[in-house]
Amino acid sequence: MIIEHPLLGPRDASEFTYMGDAALIHRPDWTATTAVQDFADYGYLRDNPAGRHRELWFHEGGDRSWLVVTRDTTTHAITSVELARDVARREGRSR
Amino acid sequence: MSDISARMEPLTPLGTKTPKIDVFGPVTLSEVVDCALASFSARLGQQDAARNVLMRFCGSALPGPGQAVLGTVTVFWTGPEQWMVMAPHDTHEDLAEQLKALAAEAASTTEQNDAWCRFDLKGPNLADVFERLCPINIRASSGGEATRTSIDHLGCFVIVGARDAITVLGPRSAAGSLHHALVTAIRSAI
Amino acid sequence: MTQSNRLDGGLINRDRPINFTFDDIPYQGFKGDTLASALLANNVRLMGRSFKYHRPRGPLTASSEEPNAIVELRDGARKEPNTRATTAELFEGLTAKSQNRWPSLAFDMMAINDRFSSFLAAGFYYKTFMWPAAFWEKLYEPIIRRAAGLGSAALEPDPDSYDKGFLHCDFLITGAGPTGLMAALTAGRAGAQVILADEDSLVGGRLNCETITVNDQAGSDWVRAVQAELADMPNVRIMTRTTVIGAFDHGIYGALERVSDHLPVPANGKPRQILWRIYSKRSLLAAGAIERPIAFEQNDRPGIMLASALRAYANRWAATPAQQIAIFTNNDDGYRSAADLQAKGVSVAAVIDTRPDAQTSAEWEVLAGATIVNTSGRRGLTGIQVKLADGSVRHIKCGAVGVSGGWNPNVHLASHQRGRPEWHAEIAAFGPGQNLPQGMSVAGAAAGHLSTYGALKSGVEGATAVLADLGKAATAPELPQAEDAPVKITPFWHVAGAKRAWLDQQNDVTAKDVKLAHQENFVSVEHLKRYTTLGMATDQGKTSNMGGLAIMSELAGKPIPQVGTTIFRPPYTPTAIGAFAGRSRDADFRPVRKTPSHTWAEEQNAVFVEVGMWLRAQWFPRTGETHWRQSVDREVLQTRKSVGICDVTTLGKIDVQGADAATFLNKIYCNPFAKVPVGKVRYGLMLREDGIAMDDGTAARLAEDHFVVTTTTANAVGVYRHMEFVRQCLFPDLDVQLISTTEAWAQYSVAGPNARALLKKVVDPEHDISNEAFPYMACGEVSVGQVRSRLFRISFSGEMAYEIAVPTRYGDALIRRLVEAGKEFDAVVYGTEALGVMRIEKGHAAGNELNGTTSALNLGMGRMVNKKKDSIGSTLSKRDGMNGPDALKLVGLKPVDPSKPVPAGAHLMTKGSPVDAAHDQGYVTSACYSPNLGHHIALAFLRSGDSRLGEVIRLVSPLTGQDHDVEVVSAHFIDPEGDRLRV
Repeated sequence: MIIEHPLLGPRDASEFTYMGDAALIHRPDWTATTAVQDFADYGYLRDNPAGRHRELWFHEGGDRSWLVVTRDTTTHAITSVELARDVARREGRSR
Repeated sequence: MSDISARMEPLTPLGTKTPKIDVFGPVTLSEVVDCALASFSARLGQQDAARNVLMRFCGSALPGPGQAVLGTVTVFWTGPEQWMVMAPHDTHEDLAEQLKALAAEAASTTEQNDAWCRFDLKGPNLADVFERLCPINIRASSGGEATRTSIDHLGCFVIVGARDAITVLGPRSAAGSLHHALVTAIRSAI
Repeated sequence: MTQSNRLDGGLINRDRPINFTFDDIPYQGFKGDTLASALLANNVRLMGRSFKYHRPRGPLTASSEEPNAIVELRDGARKEPNTRATTAELFEGLTAKSQNRWPSLAFDMMAINDRFSSFLAAGFYYKTFMWPAAFWEKLYEPIIRRAAGLGSAALEPDPDSYDKGFLHCDFLITGAGPTGLMAALTAGRAGAQVILADEDSLVGGRLNCETITVNDQAGSDWVRAVQAELADMPNVRIMTRTTVIGAFDHGIYGALERVSDHLPVPANGKPRQILWRIYSKRSLLAAGAIERPIAFEQNDRPGIMLASALRAYANRWAATPAQQIAIFTNNDDGYRSAADLQAKGVSVAAVIDTRPDAQTSAEWEVLAGATIVNTSGRRGLTGIQVKLADGSVRHIKCGAVGVSGGWNPNVHLASHQRGRPEWHAEIAAFGPGQNLPQGMSVAGAAAGHLSTYGALKSGVEGATAVLADLGKAATAPELPQAEDAPVKITPFWHVAGAKRAWLDQQNDVTAKDVKLAHQENFVSVEHLKRYTTLGMATDQGKTSNMGGLAIMSELAGKPIPQVGTTIFRPPYTPTAIGAFAGRSRDADFRPVRKTPSHTWAEEQNAVFVEVGMWLRAQWFPRTGETHWRQSVDREVLQTRKSVGICDVTTLGKIDVQGADAATFLNKIYCNPFAKVPVGKVRYGLMLREDGIAMDDGTAARLAEDHFVVTTTTANAVGVYRHMEFVRQCLFPDLDVQLISTTEAWAQYSVAGPNARALLKKVVDPEHDISNEAFPYMACGEVSVGQVRSRLFRISFSGEMAYEIAVPTRYGDALIRRLVEAGKEFDAVVYGTEALGVMRIEKGHAAGNELNGTTSALNLGMGRMVNKKKDSIGSTLSKRDGMNGPDALKLVGLKPVDPSKPVPAGAHLMTKGSPVDAAHDQGYVTSACYSPNLGHHIALAFLRSGDSRLGEVIRLVSPLTGQDHDVEVVSAHFIDPEGDRLRV
């Protein structure tokens, strides 16, 4: 597969390692009263769709950026690639 | 017996006192040890200050993704707000410290002198060699490109100075394997 | 030596005769011959025996879709079974042997199978060899094993090398026939970066095999002219002998270039083959079409071949299988073979046309509405029985039949990503479907344009559309003149009533097998394939799938498109495993990483061990030591008695800097890091988010905003990846930067009561490394021989110890300096074995204990998980299930009988309880002989182990038959108070 890195352009997927669902960005609040359950859901539950999937890839063989890639798991068509840091900030992650 | 208080003598990545040079007809493969390296990463909120320091140090605008600015001081892009600086070891052995002194709180610098081994290839038809080694679109590179790639399972930087001058930086501990891969590709392609 | 079936003309070079052997018989051919064409010219039609029934077979085709003429090419280490004689280029001294026959091709004992064909029909192995059960292992399997398989592999290592390569282009054109050539011309002239690939040694495709003219020139002459223009374009790369083997995601293609297959040996340093990975923006499949046969009784005799192959042998290779031939066809194209063969002086006995309305001819006899109903000549065709339209049967003497059942567009690559082909009724064939691989379009005969003019035009149109996509303006080249005959075909797939009409000739599948499959309800095309093995041989059914589908369609009463097709998979043609391995074999299987002390260690005749890609010294044998325990025991004893030195460079080192460096470490380690003083090192335990221990190491604070973090050797890459995930995805606004520095620093551990004394001789005198100035867990920058150095007072062995680091280029000098300075203390250099013994004696957890199932609590570090801060894994560590009453706890074990071992992997049972999984109390993780204690010791996880010290339990290892008592003790066998560390 080819992943269009937002800064480096098209790169072979073999330069990356795959982590999984980009939902992993949304690490729960450890101070919540339901924290243990929240973390368990965060760690163990996945949608695993046959179709459009937002997922995390690490450019280990390149610039060491984490990327959020939107990919159709049945056709491998990739429709968007963003720096994960940008996505994380946009979706509320900070310190 | 050796004087254990005298200055320690370095060895090359290939494990000898002098760097190795191989000649294959018109193509030369040279191990280069007079090479100091340092990572330069801008700190959060300090990108402009950090960039200014680095620009003054290398004397030109900074390279963008996939690019290198070549000279006695060479700078190439390695990640968002991160560059690698390369300079002669003899005059810049403390390169990381020099840069840190200039950058202060604006950037983090890390010595990388001996994290890497360096091999320079010079000669015609180098693209024929590199298309046996890594997925870089080498024929579209004519000078000023620096790409991180994989050569025989080793994470390397390939810096194209010109079509007939290409530098490879690889993990120092695997210098022997990298050298072997380069020699094999040269013999195969040329 | 005369080539009695040689004809005039052809593209062979009669100035270059070539000597070769087949089944040890010498023959001569010419440069440009294939093995098959040279054998035919020498009047050899019999080239192999079929897989199941051992029927005599000759070539069905003249190309890579060949099912029958597969031979063992070459001998010795380069022996290559299942090589298609139809594509093997002849070279001087070539040797080949037929396969699957004993004792000889002419007299094959295994042909007895043919007499039992009714017992060996499709799926026979699902119905036989069942009883008695005992006979399977003793009788049936050994027999089947000997009979199975095709050809035999060389048993010596392959002496040739294979390269891998990477190519980039705007436009990949697969197939350099008329379509591909016009496409390349169009795109090349427009300045696109073009790769034009063809599996053949020549470009030109069918034009090399036909008497078709282009612009009134011989087709092959027109081809050479176009080739010359393309060769002059720097933006066009022509790759012959290159098969595009697969279409992968996003415009990536695999291509196998046969660099040296046509030579006796590769030139010095050159590879035998190259496996290319081609990145293309667009691609055009111009792979042409493959002719299909018609099935009839005994249609597999040597000499019966595709009509297009018959005339390819005549036109390109100046060879004929026989001096008298017949043609069997259901379409106009078959007549080309009659014309071409007759023009070369071969006698055409008849054209048997299944169509009742076939026209008569002045050149040869046409039998309209006729079919072949039988053939004769076991080892080579001698004649055929033809049933005429009026029902009478005529015998025709001939040595070859050219069969034409129509042409199938070659859509393999278009279907490699599950795209199903579509039925084109006007050519009675499947063409490319809708779901093409990204960036691919199809042109020429592969798209169903079966005339030469149609192919040329389609190539130009295909390229023009691609160029528009690429944003390049194109001036279409002038279209040459060429024949544009319409396809005139009346579908006819098989002669009804045949008992043995062959479809898949390689796997010996007949029309009757399809009927059997239908009868047993294996009607779906996927079941048909697997039940009968139709299409499962090395040719992937290129000349047989269509016939099988068509017969199933008749039986099922469904139109052909509804029956559908199976999927095509890469590789398009068989590809050597060596090509996939490339240079990564034997010693070069993967890179070797050497430590800075490697050269010195080699001088000491150290024994090395692979740790991932690293080579580490395992122990350093001294003269007189014959067993590894002698060396290891000595290294351990001497280190604890005086001083030992060990290369620990391989452990991961990560530079962590930034205003938030400490905050960041606080997030990734479960224990606190915010308040580590500058100049101090702290042990850190890293958990996974689920609370399981992931890695451990140290973090040394060199400055307020600067730490050096260590990881275990094995986890260096994974920990770095995890840290970047935390940094970029979880806490993107922390000011922290990470750089891996494992390689940059040579690092040695110096341990033992004399460690400081030794180091004082080596570290420059201006640096105070006394216990007061540099206490346990201190760190700082020093210098050695005026070279900058980092010093860390940490201990893995449990002795008073330091780790000293210098830039790697000085690592060799440093080990020699340490050894020289250590002489006065009888210092030893120790390897990974002694390292392991000492950390087990001390009770330090390592990889065996951090095995992916153990938590901080199990490791006895439960209290390290700080509850007042958030860190990775801290929340899920609190789960009830992780904190149950009878949790595993890390303990030490010693054998009650001191002569017994305590083997790793053994399980622990309470004395008196049953020995089964339900009563399992734990397991041994690390074990060694302790020379300091004089017996074996181990670390283990034991349920509630921390409250069972002193208990005698039972160690069992049923696999190795061990069962003896062990005593539960503290994991810290040596210096449990840690006094030695602080001296």
